[in-house]
Amino acid sequence: MRRYFARKLLTYSLTFIAAVTVDWAIPRLMPGNPIDDLLARIGTRCNTREQCDAISSYFYNVFGLHKPLWVQYLTFWKALFQGNLGISVMSFPEPVSTLIKNAIPYTLGLLVPAILLSFWAGNKVGALAARRKILDNTVLPLSYTLTATPYQWLAMVLAWTFAVTWRFFPISGGYDPLRTPSWSFGFAGDLLYHWFLPFASLFLVQFGGWAIGMRNMIIYELESDYAHYLEALGAPRKLVRKYAYRNALLPQISGLALAIGAIVGGALVTEIVFGYPGVGSLILSAINNKDYFAIQGIFLFIIVGVLIANFIVDIMYVIIDPRTRIGMQGGS
Amino acid sequence: MTRSDQKHDGLATGASTAAVASGAAGGAAVDVPSPKVRTINRRFEFLYFAIRNNKLILGLSIVIICFLIAIIGPLLAKYSPFQYTTSYWSPPSSRHWFGTTQDGRDVYAQFAAGMRSAFLIGTIGGVIASVVAMLVGFTAGYRAGIVDEILSMVTNIFLVIPAFAVLLVIAGFLHNVSIPVEGLLVGLLSWPWAARALRAQTFSLVARDFIGMARLSAQNSWRIIFREIAPNMSSYLFMMFILLFGGAILISATIDFIGLGPQFTFTLGKMMNEAQTNSGLLLGMWWWFIPPGIAITAIVGGLYIMNVGLDEVFNPRLREM
Amino acid sequence: MSLRVENLKVYYRTLAGDVQALDGVTFGIADGEIMGLAGESGCGKSTLGNSLIYLSGRMKYVDGSVELDNKELPIADMHEMDRFRYKEVSIIPQYAMSALNPTRKIGKMAKEIIESRGVDYHSILPEFTRRLELVGLSDDVLRMFSLELSGGMKQRAVMVLSTLLNPSLLIADEITSALDVSTQKAVAEMLVEFRDRGFVKSMMVVTHDLSILHQIADTILVMYAGHLAEKAAAEVIINNPRHPYTRLLISSLPEVGVTYAKKRLTGIAGTPPALLHPPTGCRFKERCPLAFEKCVEQPPFIEVDKGHFVACWKEI
Ligand SMILES: Nc1ncnc2c1ncn2[C@@H]1O[C@H](COP(=O)(O)OP(=O)(O)OP(=O)(O)O)[C@@H](O)[C@H]1O
Ligand code: SF4
Ligand SMILES: [Mg+2]
Repeated sequence: MRRYFARKLLTYSLTFIAAVTVDWAIPRLMPGNPIDDLLARIGTRCNTREQCDAISSYFYNVFGLHKPLWVQYLTFWKALFQGNLGISVMSFPEPVSTLIKNAIPYTLGLLVPAILLSFWAGNKVGALAARRKILDNTVLPLSYTLTATPYQWLAMVLAWTFAVTWRFFPISGGYDPLRTPSWSFGFAGDLLYHWFLPFASLFLVQFGGWAIGMRNMIIYELESDYAHYLEALGAPRKLVRKYAYRNALLPQISGLALAIGAIVGGALVTEIVFGYPGVGSLILSAINNKDYFAIQGIFLFIIVGVLIANFIVDIMYVIIDPRTRIGMQGGS
Repeated sequence: MTRSDQKHDGLATGASTAAVASGAAGGAAVDVPSPKVRTINRRFEFLYFAIRNNKLILGLSIVIICFLIAIIGPLLAKYSPFQYTTSYWSPPSSRHWFGTTQDGRDVYAQFAAGMRSAFLIGTIGGVIASVVAMLVGFTAGYRAGIVDEILSMVTNIFLVIPAFAVLLVIAGFLHNVSIPVEGLLVGLLSWPWAARALRAQTFSLVARDFIGMARLSAQNSWRIIFREIAPNMSSYLFMMFILLFGGAILISATIDFIGLGPQFTFTLGKMMNEAQTNSGLLLGMWWWFIPPGIAITAIVGGLYIMNVGLDEVFNPRLREM
Repeated sequence: MSLRVENLKVYYRTLAGDVQALDGVTFGIADGEIMGLAGESGCGKSTLGNSLIYLSGRMKYVDGSVELDNKELPIADMHEMDRFRYKEVSIIPQYAMSALNPTRKIGKMAKEIIESRGVDYHSILPEFTRRLELVGLSDDVLRMFSLELSGGMKQRAVMVLSTLLNPSLLIADEITSALDVSTQKAVAEMLVEFRDRGFVKSMMVVTHDLSILHQIADTILVMYAGHLAEKAAAEVIINNPRHPYTRLLISSLPEVGVTYAKKRLTGIAGTPPALLHPPTGCRFKERCPLAFEKCVEQPPFIEVDKGHFVACWKEI
């Protein structure tokens, strides 16, 4: 067990180091020297003389461009450990970490329910469909269509249908701009109202993937030896399917770990379509404003989030699969 | 490696857009058909089952139709994708088959160009990712030991870093990527799951007798890999390429949608980006953003369905009776 | 007669057509009899064994009847057959090594199967542990996962589980082939023990290993390409076979004890026919040294001596 987690932690640490290094290196390696570009542009983003100087000297120091590369690298790490992701250019003098902190609840509020519910529902429906002609013939094509759909496109189609054409839901935003955020039922309802379409869009695309995955996995399981043995002993269909489902769930869970990165990407573009005030929208404005600090910070933030999610899935997997557990106790 | 892990490396696309990247679901695709069904010559047998597999036929037809559109479509366009006409904002008509954008450009022309880009990026990204996956996977699986440890670690690192996030920073700093560059980047970032799957398959193949024999006779490793191992996995490799191809199209569509894709070529993702940023959605200009999404869904969905069909053809156990 | 099989035909559906893996077999197994079933790989032994209990998706019942203890087995009816499975007929499958659900503890799995068959697990548990001890397994295995057991242990666990409800007929398919020689002997002896103690009434033991059959079987049935070739007491089959195929089979073994699977029947030239489009008449005629004109017709499987059945025109 310890070996397993030690290994995982090593992988994740190395991943983190690699990600930080990439993050540090990219602006310095890119052609056209984005940093000069940045410094030049800062002049146009300030209002007073002092502010301009402040910003310029701040960035000059942060990049430490006059220092040797390795010092720059170490400084980068030091800042990171102080939770300092730099100062945003687009919303100067707001630190990037604050921008992310404000956006994060929205993104998590979309992502977590969408991942959990789609995983649950997709697996259930996929399992039901397997080896049942009629259901299979409807669920399968639908799921393939959903899973092949780009997240942003499904989001656009839903927005167009339910928000633009029928006006059942708001087209954009996290809450009604006329309301002031408060801890009230009214505001919570408004949040939900704005949350629903982006959530549904994320849910549907993922749902298709999990349904297909489970359907295919369970067919393998139903054809496996232990399933045939159960059937030969006259065990009811229900028991056989129950076993097959449990076993098919395991690879689905490791699939979840691998899928998280792409799902996060899907959430970001979905937010962009709905103007939902999460990390996705933040990225978009960072890109439009060429706010490199924000881009770098968000990148690191996403990586850390994905690493944590992966680690959670790893733990879940160990809890659920006796085989990893036993293999780990150093037994057989 | 646990049993479920191995399964997980199969390719029967279980796949969500994400899980394509994971190959979630699947089975041992390197399934040498049991001698029991080897009644017909194997190659004919493949064709025999292939032409009778509805999923394969359906998926392949969709992909071929899309491919034809990508080839012929741009030739039929009456305008260039960047050309401004005088009819703004107009729905589909005989002059503008797919209507026009808010600033009067022909949506069909953009669409046709985007289809070409999609196949181009799928091919470049798919080929590059396959090559890297094969190099890493074969070497790790064949060499085992410390080489394997290192390569597996690298693979696992790339596996958890989301490709789109890296693309985001890279493309964010590049001022303009071309399609080949985008394809290259996508390819260099999307190989890890395939490498991992290939490594597992190579492991199990190496354990078999005939590879052991070749190894004993002290043949050159690469020779064994390409003479003995790769041919035995050809079906698996082909299915892997299909998934990488589709994955490259989807990832690039995400990047293009955020506005980090090519500036001077049209892609399907860029069309959606323009429709989004120019309020095509709010204005109800469905003809602008519906076609590119349908096209991507059709290509990628067609590839997935084709893949399941292939899996059934190669794995007798999965065939429906 | 415990088991009576009459003209049983079971084919495999494939897209290329039906594989005639079991094409009209008629034989019986007496109460208390251990019948060995032998024949080359692919001749239909497992098909016969499985047919008596569970027709998998691809198997198609074509003709014939099966009677166990004077009751007709509804083998073609997936659902009806459930009543008989486990309680009347049971199987130790050829894949016994992988027959246990990898993610369930063995005891838990046993409990779930047994209770699903309407039997109270707790009242049967003492007997269960007693039998596990009999095959040399402590009741610790009930708290283990199958991957914690060695191949031989799994084999024995399945053996006990399969026979726990005292079926009338047990089909043991190839249960020794994955084991080393000494374990093979032990497992084979356990089968006899199970019969002697009345855990099962009669048995059909499928194996490639004639020495095992020589050791434990009362009678041996030899199959060739989906047809029956010969059935007689084990001694007779080993020492005085009458069917040309059996004779070649036996003589191709340098000594009893070598499995003919490994020998690949070098003694007999040619390969068995494909069962997708099997030849008419005697299916052995292409390889038979004694073949003559009459062999284009299918020879009947008839009793040439007391309890000795042969399907060969030369022996009539
Ligand atoms: N699922 C299947 N689909 C098609 N044909 C099959 C299938 N399973 C078995 N067969 C055919 O049926 C014939 C009998 O197979 P069976 O498994 O009964 O052989 P066997 O005598 O048990 O062989 P072995 O000693 O190798 O276990 C074989 O020739 C094989 O070609
Ligand atoms: S019937 Fe003819 S071919 Fe068949 S075994 Fe007897 S002699 Fe040989
Ligand atoms: Mg068999």
